[in-house]
Amino acid sequence: MNKAMVVLLLLALALSVAAAAPFVPLGTLRESSDETAAKIFWNMRVPRVLMAIVAGAGLAVSGMALQAVFRNPLATPFTLGVASGASLGACVYIHLGLALRPLWIPGESWSAFAGAVLSIVLVYGLTRTRRGFSTATLLLAGVAINFFFSSLILLMQYLSDFTDTYRILRWMMGGLERGVAYRDLVTVLPLVAGGTAIVVYLTHELNLIATGDELAASRGVEVNRAKGVLFFAVSLVVGAIVAVCGPIGFVGLMAPHICRLLVGPDHRYLTPATLLFGAAFLTACDTLARTVMFPVELPVGIITSLLGGPFFLWLLLRRSAAWE
Amino acid sequence: MTRPSQDSPALDVSGVSLRLEGKEILRDVSFAVGRGEYLSIVGPNGAGKTSLLRCIDRLLAGATGRIEVFGRPLESYRRKELAKRLSYVPQADGRVFPFTVRQFVLMGRYPYLSPFTSVDRDGRQAVDEAMELTGTGQFAGRRLDTLSGGERQRVYIAAALAQAAEILLLDEPTTFLDYRHQAEIRDVLARVKRASGLTIVCVTHDLNRAALDSDRIVALCSGRVVFSGPPHQIMRTDALERIYQTQFLLVAHPHARLPVIVPEAPREGPP
Repeated sequence: MNKAMVVLLLLALALSVAAAAPFVPLGTLRESSDETAAKIFWNMRVPRVLMAIVAGAGLAVSGMALQAVFRNPLATPFTLGVASGASLGACVYIHLGLALRPLWIPGESWSAFAGAVLSIVLVYGLTRTRRGFSTATLLLAGVAINFFFSSLILLMQYLSDFTDTYRILRWMMGGLERGVAYRDLVTVLPLVAGGTAIVVYLTHELNLIATGDELAASRGVEVNRAKGVLFFAVSLVVGAIVAVCGPIGFVGLMAPHICRLLVGPDHRYLTPATLLFGAAFLTACDTLARTVMFPVELPVGIITSLLGGPFFLWLLLRRSAAWE
Repeated sequence: MTRPSQDSPALDVSGVSLRLEGKEILRDVSFAVGRGEYLSIVGPNGAGKTSLLRCIDRLLAGATGRIEVFGRPLESYRRKELAKRLSYVPQADGRVFPFTVRQFVLMGRYPYLSPFTSVDRDGRQAVDEAMELTGTGQFAGRRLDTLSGGERQRVYIAAALAQAAEILLLDEPTTFLDYRHQAEIRDVLARVKRASGLTIVCVTHDLNRAALDSDRIVALCSGRVVFSGPPHQIMRTDALERIYQTQFLLVAHPHARLPVIVPEAPREGPP
């Protein structure tokens, strides 16, 4: 089976990237004692790589699900304003200085989740008011929501004191370098895994919804219910990731597209391929971010956006070829 | 509902009205379709034909009145159950996800699937039969977005047939097709009707075809049923002119015992 081979190859790629990433450039630390190196390796590098895997996979699968539900190649957590909704949620929480942990999950994650739900409902509502929404409507709605939430975030920064402002700004760049600990992983992993499980459970429904709402309904899909559940899953995943890593852009755009070229649009193969590719991609980008200006560590969001921006433009320009 | 479902018609529409955004789309529409019957729905543009089909497949909410499918109220069906009774071929949609033809036809089996399973052997057989019947097997591996309008229409019909429902709803299946492809679609419908006793409800603008192929015709005008009866009763100038508000020229068909519409010649010769 050709597609199964591709998925296996991606698995190998993800594993090798993940295995190699924590070592680069650990060698330069060798002049200090091995004990320090071991500490850096186990307490900083390994959790960071694990987080890159989880976040990359989660963002990629969110983008994939949104592209199918909106039937649009440019739908991603970033372009639809879902990420900025989640950011706003997290900012509000940081600004309020609360320290709640309902169900052992930090309040930031919950408020980011709420922000993600809010923006996804808003953007879906906006695109539904015009029948048969177009790419233009979708992108404009996303842009409008992005602007609106960004200005609310700016307002909050303006009202915050200097250190808070810096923290918010730094966090908005998106990154994995602010000392990701195992504790963060424990809060992110279950939410990302849960959301992904929902997406996998709805594989057939995703395929059918991608062919159009009416066709899906006439084939027996409870379209509105499936969409609602998918939006919930995507919000869960994006909210959890954004709360810890900030908004990391374009993983959700590039990974599903490249995988669609590799294994086709059938979500039975596309979902595992996208998960693996997203994980490998973000891990590789983070390794690059950590080493390209060593010892300065760049936020990984800068790298993904530098790669993703041109890719997005390329898609936009050739979109006449794709599902229009 | 008290009637035994064996005797009930395949489809029973009674007193259906629909308003959308304050505009009246359908008004008190009633008709029934017997099992194995071929019913054509005709009428001018904007008469509500497509809306009626969408109400029957519960794709459009908000209609009042009663629709029964095999003696059971439409609302009482779960979506998957309904999909085993009714399949729907919508008007051609330009926006398609780049699935291959076979992937798309396989999706017609959705009502028989549960999560984490693939289409079983019976299902794959139904898919193969549907593709053979519609002549789509020859481009099974091609992507949907690379097909011509006629090919795509046949693929949509193949997917609906793979769904193996007893009633097939079609919305202008031949509108964008050339003569050969129109004839092919017609043959497909005739074949499945004969082979499996399929009940067909087809919205169309092609009155000649409707008259020649279907058992009965319903005409809608401004959301109302203005004609319901056998083809020979609608193929009369007075009936047609009342429905379409324009003039018709009818001649006897050389083989069928039915008049058919021929286009009017220009009144004057060429200048």
